[in-house]
Amino acid sequence: MSLADSRPAPASSLWGRLRGQRSILPGLGLSLGITLFVLSLIVFLPTAAMVGDAATLGVGGLVHLLATPRVLGAFKVSLGCAALAALTSAIFGLLIAWVLVRTRFPGRRLADAMVDLPFALPTSVAGIALSTLYAPNGWLGSLVAPYGIRISFTVIGVYIALTFVGLPFVVRSVQPVLQDMEAEQEEAAHMLGAGRLQIFSRVIFPAILPSLTAGFAMAFARGLGEYGSVIFISSNRPGVSEIVPLLIVNQLEQFDFAGAAAIGTLMLILSLALLCGIMLLQRLVRSGRHG
Amino acid sequence: MAKRPAVGLRRQGGVANVIMIVVALVFMVLFLLLPLVTVFAQAFASGLSGYIASITDPNTLSAIWLTLIVAAVALVVNVVFGLAGSWALARFRFPGRLAILTVLDLPFSVSPVVAGLMLVLLYGRQGWLGPWLEAHNLKIIFALPGMIIATIFVTLPFVARELIPLMEEQGADEEEAAILLGASGWQMFWRITIPKLRWGLLYGVLLSNARAMGEFGAVSVVSGNILGLTDTMSLDVKALYDGYNIVGSFAVASLLASLALVTLVAKTVLERQFLTRSTKEEVSA
Repeated sequence: MSLADSRPAPASSLWGRLRGQRSILPGLGLSLGITLFVLSLIVFLPTAAMVGDAATLGVGGLVHLLATPRVLGAFKVSLGCAALAALTSAIFGLLIAWVLVRTRFPGRRLADAMVDLPFALPTSVAGIALSTLYAPNGWLGSLVAPYGIRISFTVIGVYIALTFVGLPFVVRSVQPVLQDMEAEQEEAAHMLGAGRLQIFSRVIFPAILPSLTAGFAMAFARGLGEYGSVIFISSNRPGVSEIVPLLIVNQLEQFDFAGAAAIGTLMLILSLALLCGIMLLQRLVRSGRHG
Repeated sequence: MAKRPAVGLRRQGGVANVIMIVVALVFMVLFLLLPLVTVFAQAFASGLSGYIASITDPNTLSAIWLTLIVAAVALVVNVVFGLAGSWALARFRFPGRLAILTVLDLPFSVSPVVAGLMLVLLYGRQGWLGPWLEAHNLKIIFALPGMIIATIFVTLPFVARELIPLMEEQGADEEEAAILLGASGWQMFWRITIPKLRWGLLYGVLLSNARAMGEFGAVSVVSGNILGLTDTMSLDVKALYDGYNIVGSFAVASLLASLALVTLVAKTVLERQFLTRSTKEEVSA
């Protein structure tokens, strides 16, 4: 249990307001005013505009639009690649987090800092780098080209790019939980005769599962919306390797505002659902860490 | 609480540990290090002179200038919003607070393209505010203001997300004491709140700046893509790449990659600063 949790809620708690007390701290009006003003101009109003434009299509129009092969294909590519990439990130992210927390090797701090590279590297930079790297004449692409495998300019490239952007989410979600784990349970399991695999699957894995799932969901959400790093490495062919964000851009360029708004709204709903799931998982992780 | 290493998994199994370390490092080299090395290798593919020529190209220089302007404005808005938002959300409880906290995370989870699309549908010529903006001769979409707004959208949560947990952890005792002793609101803000928050503020600014200078998706949707006029560095990378100027594209990309590396180093240093402080507090408490 941390210090902050045991302290009574600062300022005006609900209880305080019910009893007619007010916080002695100033500035609620000003700070809340600025917050709501900025949020309105940047988030609320634009969201309303998009949802409103999507609504002009009506239910029939929406269903018709979403059932077109191109839209269906884009969702298949985006959902499929994002899920596979998030799964890859989850597996290797867990391994990397484990190695960073539980082992010592030269260059560990450097490796730890490197994990955040996909967060810090602009997506267009990642895009051209990955595309060049995995092109048939690139450093990595030329290794698999003799076997007839093409990565850049195919849907596999989309998967590679999404794995790149998703990896840090898993590592940074699992790492603190691994760090906080107390040694007692593992020691007890060891004393009671559990083997290494048993300790991992029965003691450690259940403890990190919520954080691993949260990391997976964050990587998936990021992958679903990713644009910059994908468009360079993908062939962007409708129905084959066209992702949903690119489809939205293409519709916008053809002045199909209602169609773009409809697909954008669907993406927004997906993000919100994922966001809620992630918040619930993170609450679970926090209660696990402090409780 | 001091943590002892467990005898079970932390001491035994040298071979298994070595295998795991090797696999993890190979994956990191393939997926993280090689893309980074590629950027610099391609940027210098035609030597230092080719690199310098690319960097000093007038289009590139104007892209750098535009990027700095966009990032600077976004920075100011992010700091003001971050301080105001975290003060309201961390220090007070009011109806709708949770809803605002949830909305605050939206820019992180929604696709940058959807962010750009929403702005076009509101501020664009056919958008809701289009007629009004046109009547007042204000151009936002396909112009600098739109790119700034798009950048603010994608970076909005960074500072506030950093400050809210920090403020909640620190508590309001000192601020309350200052007010009880007769300080004005602004005196309390400048003398107590800001100094208490300085590292968190710097950390949030660092992250939001890296994203602001490198944002691609949202800005590309609202920019007109007029070379030399509405190209930030990140957009310039694509324009040059699409024009088969590979060296030029990677030269600009190398600047952005360098910024990313500087950000990572600064972030690591700040985190160490943070960590040592919070552990000290834990020990003394």
